[in-house]
Amino acid sequence: MSTTTTATTTNLWGGGKSPFNVEYGKLMMWYFLMSDAFTFGAFLISYGTIRFSTNGWPDPNEVFRSFPFAAEGVHAPLVFVSVMTFILIISSVTMVLAVQAGQNMDKKAVVRNLILTIIGGIAFLSCQAWEWNHLFHEGAWWGRNPFMNADGTASSTNFTNYFFTITGFHGFHVFSGVIINIIMLIMTLADKFEQRGHYLMIEKAGLYWHFVDLVWVFVFTCFYLI
Amino acid sequence: MSNEAVLHDNHSHEHAHHDTFITKYVFSQDHKMIAKQFLITGMIWAVLGGFMSVLFRLQLGYPDSSFPWMEDLLGKWAKGGHITPEAYYALVTTHGTVLVFFVLTAGLSGTFANFLIPLQIGARDMASPFMNMLSYWFFFAASIIMMSSFFVQTGPFSGGWTAYPPLSALGDASPGSKSGMDLWIISMALFVVSSLLGGLNYIATILNMRTKGMSMTRLPLTIWALFFTAVLGVLSFPVLLSGFILLIFDRNFGTSFYLSDIFVNGVGALPNEGGSAILFQHLFWFLGHPEVYIILLPAMGMVSEILSVNSRKPIFGYMAMIGSLFAIAILAFLVWAHHMFVTGLNPFLGSVFVLLTLLIAVPSAIKVFNWLTTLWRGNIRFTPGMLFAIGFVSLFISGGLTGIWLGNSALDIHLHDTYFVVAHFHIVMGVASMFGMFAGIYHWFPKMYGKYLNNTLGYIHFWVTIAGAYMIFWPMHYEGLAGMPRRYYDFSIWESFKQFQDLNRFISVVSIMVFAVQLLFLFNFFYSIFKGRKVTTLNPWKSNTLEWTTPINPGHGNWVGEIPEVYRWPYDYGKDGVDFTPQTTPVGEEESQH
Repeated sequence: MSTTTTATTTNLWGGGKSPFNVEYGKLMMWYFLMSDAFTFGAFLISYGTIRFSTNGWPDPNEVFRSFPFAAEGVHAPLVFVSVMTFILIISSVTMVLAVQAGQNMDKKAVVRNLILTIIGGIAFLSCQAWEWNHLFHEGAWWGRNPFMNADGTASSTNFTNYFFTITGFHGFHVFSGVIINIIMLIMTLADKFEQRGHYLMIEKAGLYWHFVDLVWVFVFTCFYLI
Repeated sequence: MSNEAVLHDNHSHEHAHHDTFITKYVFSQDHKMIAKQFLITGMIWAVLGGFMSVLFRLQLGYPDSSFPWMEDLLGKWAKGGHITPEAYYALVTTHGTVLVFFVLTAGLSGTFANFLIPLQIGARDMASPFMNMLSYWFFFAASIIMMSSFFVQTGPFSGGWTAYPPLSALGDASPGSKSGMDLWIISMALFVVSSLLGGLNYIATILNMRTKGMSMTRLPLTIWALFFTAVLGVLSFPVLLSGFILLIFDRNFGTSFYLSDIFVNGVGALPNEGGSAILFQHLFWFLGHPEVYIILLPAMGMVSEILSVNSRKPIFGYMAMIGSLFAIAILAFLVWAHHMFVTGLNPFLGSVFVLLTLLIAVPSAIKVFNWLTTLWRGNIRFTPGMLFAIGFVSLFISGGLTGIWLGNSALDIHLHDTYFVVAHFHIVMGVASMFGMFAGIYHWFPKMYGKYLNNTLGYIHFWVTIAGAYMIFWPMHYEGLAGMPRRYYDFSIWESFKQFQDLNRFISVVSIMVFAVQLLFLFNFFYSIFKGRKVTTLNPWKSNTLEWTTPINPGHGNWVGEIPEVYRWPYDYGKDGVDFTPQTTPVGEEESQH
């Protein structure tokens, strides 16, 4: 038994085939995501460094308490961002379904789930646009911070600087993901993947999409929860 | 299922033979052509960067003389034949940026990773030839933008290649901080994209595209070195990109990521508060230190290969060589703060970084001793490539020893930002990697162009360069120990540094001579491409690796017919009394074990 295992491992790494049994594009996507994780990591660590060397920071429950179409004075701390997060996570679920449908060569289901994923992505981006717009009208922008620290002292502009830069950078990733998914949808509708005999491209787009969702979990935690 | 894609990709290149001039020489997807594009662009940058150093060495060597030709060349930047302080800083900055990123990263990795990876692992081309082409063209765009920054009215960026804020973050800080800096950042951002596209490709190619029998422990050490180089690049450049994005916001959108409590003469106090200039240094050096190894590792890999081939002996300690490359790659990420000992770093943290820094001496020493023991009692052929490889080992030892001084946080208080640092990193990383690059060019030129470089010119090139490199940088150690700071425009006003005036002039004269010899090399290079002695045998160096099993001038797809299968490691030199046994030779029944 053990000899067989050794033989297989040697073969896998012995050249002439992919050791992970994946084609190069998927491998590259994984390495790209590792690289991108370092980009976000650098952003979030910078944010942490500045935040914890600053005396006081605004309370997210106070800052993020608005909800669209709600009456003036209604405070709903973190409710809206919870909705956003829920939308993004659901879009990850539909992406998984699209990938699985691709593995089953089920074109109809791929199209349906891709469309749902795209809608989820656009909904998330719209929510973010509303939130940014709302904050802008409250006087917040790069270099401007109208909010007070939790203890009532004046707050550093780095609260808004980091908020807009990092959520903006994440939003840019979601936007790219939506574009990629639209391209995937067009290619699916044009029967490109049926002709190739596999839906590997959808899997790669899926990897990217899940990564963007995963990053949001960290961004969400760092800016809204802590 | 997924492997079919790989195989399919392998075969599709064989049939692409309808090349026009544009697809063959300009937007080529052939890894060998892309390698040559990287090499020649890198050479142009090397000449420009080297010439910049000649200009500022003239200022340091002859602060009181004027050179009318300089005014003709540089106009207002050299009023009265005397280089201005602003121009001096711009030259120093651009020299550093260009040599570190454009010559020794793109020019070195770009050339040899592209050229050697498919040839030495037995692949028809890179995993994604298209991305590979994009990688070059992003580099090309970065080059054009960097070059255009020389021509803006306020001049190129002049705050040092490390681009520390506030000089890089405030447009008012210096003339070069205005549009010159904007162009610098854009150029570097494109460069990061180029290096990412290249790096992803190198890793995927090495892991996925090896020919049958080419297991990881049968890879030539060049490939191992290029593999770790690519990993370092893919994981460290994104952090620089984050740092640059924050810097762009600081420059253009009124943020205070790196700025706090600043007063600018003539402008007044700035509103920025809460930021930290040290933060940028952390982000920068998280790339900056791995960058040193991105520059050094390809040279190490090529030197290992060339030393073994030309000593007609197996490389000593093959597994130890891989292990030490791995150790260096890991440690590269854990030592960045040794560039920041005097920034007010917590001394305890400093001592941790001292320990980790000094640990690098261990894998480095393993490599040096393995190179020396490879040479030991070898049947050495002193080709120009071999001389440069031996020169690399010499420079790596000399420069590495001063690294032990500088890695010590207590000594660094005295030595930081002096000429001691300049001497250290020029020898260990700059000149040494240059030597690795030259060794690679001399050694693989027959494969690149089907011609030999002229040996006599090669010997002249080597001896003048190695003697010159030591004559330039050895005295700088003494200047640095005496406290002479780097990046200063003029030392003649300090009594304590007047003693070095003659020495500075000596260094300047030698640097001009060394620069002239590099032009001789360029002549040799371009003359030999067209008029050089033709290569007539498939395997001129009697080498074991796969690239010498291709035709003398391999086409796109490298091998005619099947890709050869590999049966052994690449270092069977002198085994069982046989001079060399190529990797494609099956293991005989009588053969001894190694």
